[in-house]
Amino acid sequence: MNLKAFLAMLARDARVARRNIVAILFQTFLQPLMFVIIFGRVMVGSGYMPANYKSLLLPGIMALCMVGTGIWAVAMPLIGEFQFTREIEDRLLAPMDISWVAIEKVVAGTLQALVAGLMVIPAAWLLLRPGVDLTLHRPVLFAAVAFLVALFSACGGLALGCSIEQTHIGLMFSLVVAPMIFFGCTYYPWSALDKFPIMQKAVLVNPLVYASEGLRATLVPQFPHLSLLAVFVALVGFNALLLFVGLRQFQKKSVS
Amino acid sequence: MPAGIRTSELRKVYNTAPPLAAGSGGAFSFAAKRGKGKQPKPEVVALNGMSLEVRSGEIFCLLGPNGAGKSTTVGILTTRVRPTSGQAWIGDHDVWKEQTAVKRLIGVVAQRPNLDFSLTAREILIFHGAYFGLSSQERSSRSASLLERFKLTDRADQLVRGFSGGMMQRLSIARAMMHDPQVLFLDEPSSGLDPQTRLLLWEIIREYNQSGKTVLLTTHNMEEADALCQRLAIVDHGKIIALGTPQELKSSVPGGYLLRLRFGQQSTELLQRMQALAGVREVRATENNGMDVYADRGGPLIGEIANLALAASVELCDVHISEPSLENLFLHHTGRSLRE
Repeated sequence: MNLKAFLAMLARDARVARRNIVAILFQTFLQPLMFVIIFGRVMVGSGYMPANYKSLLLPGIMALCMVGTGIWAVAMPLIGEFQFTREIEDRLLAPMDISWVAIEKVVAGTLQALVAGLMVIPAAWLLLRPGVDLTLHRPVLFAAVAFLVALFSACGGLALGCSIEQTHIGLMFSLVVAPMIFFGCTYYPWSALDKFPIMQKAVLVNPLVYASEGLRATLVPQFPHLSLLAVFVALVGFNALLLFVGLRQFQKKSVS
Repeated sequence: MPAGIRTSELRKVYNTAPPLAAGSGGAFSFAAKRGKGKQPKPEVVALNGMSLEVRSGEIFCLLGPNGAGKSTTVGILTTRVRPTSGQAWIGDHDVWKEQTAVKRLIGVVAQRPNLDFSLTAREILIFHGAYFGLSSQERSSRSASLLERFKLTDRADQLVRGFSGGMMQRLSIARAMMHDPQVLFLDEPSSGLDPQTRLLLWEIIREYNQSGKTVLLTTHNMEEADALCQRLAIVDHGKIIALGTPQELKSSVPGGYLLRLRFGQQSTELLQRMQALAGVREVRATENNGMDVYADRGGPLIGEIANLALAASVELCDVHISEPSLENLFLHHTGRSLRE
């Protein structure tokens, strides 16, 4: 590990993010905030949803926003940089093991996802108030879940970004990201699937379920949620698996 | 500390088309490998036992046609391609086993510009310097002087996305020099450059070499190899077929001159008579009723050849005379032109 090179790469990513800040903000917040407006304000305001749905929705939106940000921040640049222009080559030639180039991407993606997740809470709270009943009496657990969710998004981005060609980006969103979001318990709690037992078991292979339920357990514990132990075990397991797959794919892409 | 380059019996077989990291080379020899019930996978032998030694402080050139294995050799020496077998060293470091140490010693200019499109020209140099641990002051002064040297100062703070091919190539070379590497690899550095920029590049490479650095460049341009290199290896089909100084290699061609002739028909009698001409060292029949005549003179032989053809009632259709050159050497060894 060469700390100077690693930090220089983080600084490079920060410079690029700062340069593209407007696009990143739109990309990160537009869709979640539209969901907040429609589901949280319109549906609740018009009486189609109960008032406490606002509180139930917010952790799911936070999970969605974090996962979307992390995957996008890691996968999209990687897909582009490994293509024809081979923009990543200069970093692969830096004097450190190439796995650290991938880990730097994961760290940068995790940080971006954390910032996005922490920014969406006040933004959504402002849009939804009054009637959002958030409690943060277990801040350490909340921070741990948020970190694992952010890490999951970045590791997922690494695995996807190193496995998918540029021509298949559309397919990645329709085959991987969209089903993950809809079956990820973002807009409903996992317990809402009680009446659909097969689906309820099947969605447990979706890491976003644990992200949404984990944030729900630490932000709005008054609603039914998966146990925090299950959330931690699953998120740690998925993160390890995705990081392993991502690093292997990264090695394969980097060295011919 | 100056560092040389050494490879021993390097072999590289691709199971698919060589990726961009290895350039476009390698696609010359396909052998079917049978899978169980699957379509046979094509195998591309890009390097077939490449052994070479580049002395420290030398400008060495790998000359060969596209697909000869030059870029794969550079790919292995720069840690970007895993050899199927064999070993490579930069200085005392095994390239595959001590990658980080090797990466500290080398600067690489890829065949295709691979600049970071999200950054400006200056940022590309500054971040590259930061990856190699240069201090902030060193980064800023070195980047400014390299931008000036490569005539990029007026575009230094623009994103490189809008740069022309030549500008990108110049910036790629500046970037490779940014951390002052002991060994500089340039994979076809002058392709796409106009003649004026090419001369500037040659001058910069010579200067860099004069400060004691080793330079390995690949090219299929004989003029470049001739003008720049102290020693060169001619590469074909993943192997070195000739090695030496440009002068030594040129003088190893029988006679030096090459007369490429084409006749109305092939005639063994004519071939034998030409071999007997004074100054002719070797005559080879080639495709399409052609003959390659290696001789110690060019033009003065034409009259005698025309007379022989007339006497044998064979029409002389085409004559091309090449003075002693690396192209002749390549032709002599492979029967093919470098440009084919």
